[in-house]
Amino acid sequence: MKHTLSVLVENKPGVLARVAELFARRGFNIDSLAVGTTDRPDISRMTIVVDVAEHSLEQVRKQLHKLINVIEIVDLDPETSVARELVLAKVKVDKDTRSEVIEIVDIFRGNIVDVSPESIIVEVTGSSQKLQAFEDLVRPYGIRELVRTGKVALPRGK
Amino acid sequence: MQVKMTGAQALVRSLEEEGVEIIFGIPGGVLLPVFDVLYDSPIRKVLTRHEQGAAHAADGYARATGRVGVCMATSGPGATNLVTGIATAYMDSIPLVAITGQVATNLIGTDAFQEADTTGITMPIVKHNYLVKDPADIPDVVQEAFYIARTGRPGPVLIDLPVDVSRGELQYRRREHPVLPGYKPTLKGHKKQIRLAARAILEARNPVIYAGGGVITSGASAELKKLAEENGIHVTHTLMGKGAFPESHPLSMGMLGMHGTRCANYAMCETDLVIAVGARFDDRITGKLSEFAPKARVIHIDVDPAEISKNVRAHIPIVGDARQVLKDLNAAIREMRSEVQAPDRSEWNALIEGWKKKYPLTYDRDSGTLKPQYVVERIHALTRGEAIVCTEVGQNQMWAAQYYKVDKPRRFISSGGLGTMGFGLPAAIGAQLGKPGEVVFDIAGDGSVQMTIQELATAVLEGAPVKVAILNNGYLGMVRQWQQLFYHGKYSCSCLERERTPDFVLLAEAYGAKGIRVKDPEMVDQAILEALEAPCPVLIDFWVDPEENVYPMVAPGAPLYDMIGDLLYPVEKVHPEKAEEPFL
Repeated sequence: MKHTLSVLVENKPGVLARVAELFARRGFNIDSLAVGTTDRPDISRMTIVVDVAEHSLEQVRKQLHKLINVIEIVDLDPETSVARELVLAKVKVDKDTRSEVIEIVDIFRGNIVDVSPESIIVEVTGSSQKLQAFEDLVRPYGIRELVRTGKVALPRGK
Repeated sequence: MQVKMTGAQALVRSLEEEGVEIIFGIPGGVLLPVFDVLYDSPIRKVLTRHEQGAAHAADGYARATGRVGVCMATSGPGATNLVTGIATAYMDSIPLVAITGQVATNLIGTDAFQEADTTGITMPIVKHNYLVKDPADIPDVVQEAFYIARTGRPGPVLIDLPVDVSRGELQYRRREHPVLPGYKPTLKGHKKQIRLAARAILEARNPVIYAGGGVITSGASAELKKLAEENGIHVTHTLMGKGAFPESHPLSMGMLGMHGTRCANYAMCETDLVIAVGARFDDRITGKLSEFAPKARVIHIDVDPAEISKNVRAHIPIVGDARQVLKDLNAAIREMRSEVQAPDRSEWNALIEGWKKKYPLTYDRDSGTLKPQYVVERIHALTRGEAIVCTEVGQNQMWAAQYYKVDKPRRFISSGGLGTMGFGLPAAIGAQLGKPGEVVFDIAGDGSVQMTIQELATAVLEGAPVKVAILNNGYLGMVRQWQQLFYHGKYSCSCLERERTPDFVLLAEAYGAKGIRVKDPEMVDQAILEALEAPCPVLIDFWVDPEENVYPMVAPGAPLYDMIGDLLYPVEKVHPEKAEEPFL
């Protein structure tokens, strides 16, 4: 079962290593991990997607909490939170297929951010499922390179 | 007024302000600025012979005194040599501050001479660690380190100090309190949970108390005793919990688990309520997890929320400091007593007393050979059970746990979680220096003690009159026992050839300690008395029965009722369903 944890940490050197090391050492599986600053320069937010059973999730949370630099952990409920991921994909195109690919990009409300004679780079944001669907559709044309950010998320309201 | 000083001066001043009276360590290149300042400090410097010894000595000091132990080592190999000691302290939740030197900040990451990524290496085995990059941070870092080490669930904290940072300058100022936004240990237990626990205790027909090292750490022994006595509940303890509850008390069942008493293990199989205090359901305690306390509800009191329901599901979890929680719990029980109809526990108590009588810890007393258990019993008798006993790890440790009965906390010092061979002698030195007036015994094995035997030099030069009793069987005894029981008697690499090497008496004397050899049971008392009278470190080399085993025993992975090997009593497999005697 996948869970999305939003973890506020002190913005200090080595915090990412501590968190990653904890997951490795305790045998918890990280699906994705995204780190960035918040509106406060001394605090960063990590969005961690873990794939664990309910019982282990409790351990993940408690063990994370033991890290001195971890300030707050919120288990984000998909119903009451917003989650997004960004993909950058370099898709192979030629003069025959370019318009087809652009059509797909439009349907996914993506942007074309670079064009060359043999390829275009596309950015698409959305849920992991949406990005997966996009990826599946453009794969037949040939994906030269691809990168996904991992999920970032915030709770709704308040 | 703010004072200008170097990083090294700030470090030493911060240590003095934390009340540090003793540091165990070894200097080295990048630590020289610090040792140069320490030279003029009133803090006592104990030069050990190996950094592992320094860490264990600081650990033993912490366990005996309840204060934070401090050890120091240089960068690279000095720091990596501390690792075993830090991991030992981490597993047993011992407050320790380890200070390591580091290469200069501009050399970090270049594979410089004696460089190791110390914060990276120690991350999994510390409560927290710091790499200090700015001398101005030193006072805050030291203050935070000591605060983190001793509060909540205690543990080791490491400070890595590059040499240019200890040479750099700063304006010294000290905060009133450490600023740690993410660190707020819960000390007071949840009121509602405490009331639930109180009711469960009053309503239980067959309750047992399971006391761990947390009782000792939090100073909860008096409250635990009240809980047991006011409610007539028997107590079992872990290795780390030895001394948490007086072992001579009629309600004591002794230790449980792999080498626990049959009484404690059977009680755990039959109880309907486990009251776990400051204990973490280690696999050496639970045996086969799925069959641990199968009929019981579990109250789990622990200061670390992550321990609750980690191994065994807690029905009533209470996060908090054991002393505070037990105090509130005792009060809640007293309040509730009139409203709850408590069941009759006489049958349960009679059953426990029956087990105690039927299955005492015992060994063959008439063999004519020198039995290790006998040696421990005599040390117990001649020190009136009042010595601080440290142990090495292995058979010696288990015999010490079984036969040296302890009535007070902080008097049994042993590497529980990590099982670190070589722990006992340096820990004994640390304990002795922390408690100079006490008799300190290291009950040792010939294998284990050789891992840090060089610390005899430290003991001699520091005037720490520790007594080392080697239960010398010429084997890595516990390894041999497992090979005998589970590997068809193939003693692969477990024989240490007692007849040839080393001569412990000569070795002790080479270090300037006193050495005594005992092969005859008749000579045991005389040797112990001679050691107790000597004002110096004494090593007694007891040549014990080489193939004696630690019994009873629960084989690894077996359930607690499945105990093997009582020498003098026929082994009956006591399974709750198949037992001849009436289990409840």
